[in-house]
Amino acid sequence: MTNIADRIENLGSALEPSARLRRLGIGRGAAWLILIAILVVSLFPFWWALRTGLSTNGNLFAGDQSLLPVGYTDNNFERVLGTASEAEILESLGRENTGSFDFLQSLKVSVIVATAITVGQVLFSAMAAYAFARLKFWGRDKLFFLFLSGLMIPPIFTLIPNLVLVKNLGWLNSYPGIIAPFFFMTPFAVFFLRQFFLGISREVEEAALLDGAGNFRTFFGIIVPMSAAPIATLSILTYITAWNEFLWPLVVARAPERQPLTVALGQFTAQQPGTSPDWSGLMAGTLLAALPIIVIFLIFGRKVVDSIGFSGIK
Amino acid sequence: MTAAVEAPPARRPQSWLKPVSLHGGWRSAIWFLLPALIGFVAFYLYPALRGVYISFTDWNLIANRGDWVGTDNYERLLDDRQVWESLKITFRYTIINIVSQTILAVAIAVLMDRLTKSVLIRGILLFPWLIPNVIVALLWVWMLDGNLGVVNEFLGWFGMEPVRFFTDTDKVIPTLAGINTWRHMGYTALLIFAGLQTIPKSLYEAAALDGASEGQMFKDVTIPLLRPILALVLVITVVGSLQVFDTVFVATGGFGGQPGGPANASRVIYLYIYQYAFDFNQLGYAATVSVLLVVILLAITFLQLKLLRAGESDLA
Repeated sequence: MTNIADRIENLGSALEPSARLRRLGIGRGAAWLILIAILVVSLFPFWWALRTGLSTNGNLFAGDQSLLPVGYTDNNFERVLGTASEAEILESLGRENTGSFDFLQSLKVSVIVATAITVGQVLFSAMAAYAFARLKFWGRDKLFFLFLSGLMIPPIFTLIPNLVLVKNLGWLNSYPGIIAPFFFMTPFAVFFLRQFFLGISREVEEAALLDGAGNFRTFFGIIVPMSAAPIATLSILTYITAWNEFLWPLVVARAPERQPLTVALGQFTAQQPGTSPDWSGLMAGTLLAALPIIVIFLIFGRKVVDSIGFSGIK
Repeated sequence: MTAAVEAPPARRPQSWLKPVSLHGGWRSAIWFLLPALIGFVAFYLYPALRGVYISFTDWNLIANRGDWVGTDNYERLLDDRQVWESLKITFRYTIINIVSQTILAVAIAVLMDRLTKSVLIRGILLFPWLIPNVIVALLWVWMLDGNLGVVNEFLGWFGMEPVRFFTDTDKVIPTLAGINTWRHMGYTALLIFAGLQTIPKSLYEAAALDGASEGQMFKDVTIPLLRPILALVLVITVVGSLQVFDTVFVATGGFGGQPGGPANASRVIYLYIYQYAFDFNQLGYAATVSVLLVVILLAITFLQLKLLRAGESDLA
């Protein structure tokens, strides 16, 4: 696709050459500057967190605003990971350690929770989406509409009843409790995959059915492989969403050993004193907690970027 | 579709289902639907109905039970001045967000449309949107710190006094809205950018031939044809902003502060519900407030889609 601006520029210069070209020429340079400034603003906080995480609190509190780490140290990251010695803690923190959380345990919880939610939600939503796209049964469209209306229910509305239910089941502070509400489906996932399944040609599928393949064999043998790309995209988005979830695990997992990273970081922050908080440790922990998302995005970035604009809902 | 197909041997003919189909009605669909159906009923449908029920009780989480109190909670809601205060704060946050986010996002999208389709640039713009709110809040709490924050240092270069972003009751909501705008502007821009790609280039060429300026083209071609996507963006922004929680909870609750502080100046409606449910253990009343929120959300969404005639583009 050639650039619209270029084409207009060509058209315009044909009409009134010098004036239009000059105006667009200046405009283009300025436009690039603005865009670059916006990109810098988008990325700067991450650099600043890294720079802070590699500094010592003593130097930070002296007010040094250098773009590079002040009093370079990697002790903060070791502190977060629990591998720092007493002396190292004292050096980078500059005081006794007050608050702490078990980063590796919370990392484990986050990985387990996000993985389980992604596998369950994508699989079960795909199955339902197939039924809605391809199978014929009484009340199908009404049921689909009912599913979709779930999109209109704000999470806070189901939060309280869900917590009451999970408590009744004895699932507070447990993996099933944290995972269950997201495990079986989300209206968005069903909607997203149904759109793709509707677009798949029926011919291959009907050939398989004629060969005597059942619905399940058709689904897993033909539909799923043919939809690998959207299923992968949905899985990535689901994983990131599950990783970022805060409110539900906050109320379900009060026990530290079942808190995912988001909740543990939030609690750690709440324990920080108002005067001389542990900025360097906090920024090191913050970056480490975001690292899995950063890695996923570096690997699958194109898929995520391309998915925006598909439906606009996610 | 109507081609006679021999049913797989295991399947018996269907009698009770009206549309006898190629794929065999509910009997086979149920296995595909069962897990999702369980999830939908258990975690969407049932809790939605139960939420309404709980709003008529004095539910207590420790006992995990409650007695029917009729419309007591609703009467209390009407007299509760704090809930309206909380809504006012939430609306203020939402309005700041709509304005800043939409303007920035449209600007970025138009810039990109003119300059580049680079996936790298789109990726960088989208990146903040993928980072958990908790982490975004912490990054900015540090950068906006009243004493050591780099933003105040930066403002100082221009001779400005340090701003108390989080401790000044007038500034805390704009600050939180600004953080949210930073996180969402790239995402919103990409949505609008996708919308821009659907506008036929021939329209711009025709306009250029007619001697239209860039500004006129933007006003008369771009904006009208973007209406469906702008409507969608607006709904997403409003519905999302009314439900802000994580950022407020973490950014105002740390470092010796109270969530929703200072002096409840940032106690948005989600936080209000949270406090009643989990700090005061009055789940019945918290459920009542969330019923109110649902009504507001549905009304706003409906109104917006109606007003903006979201479904139609002028392209049709």
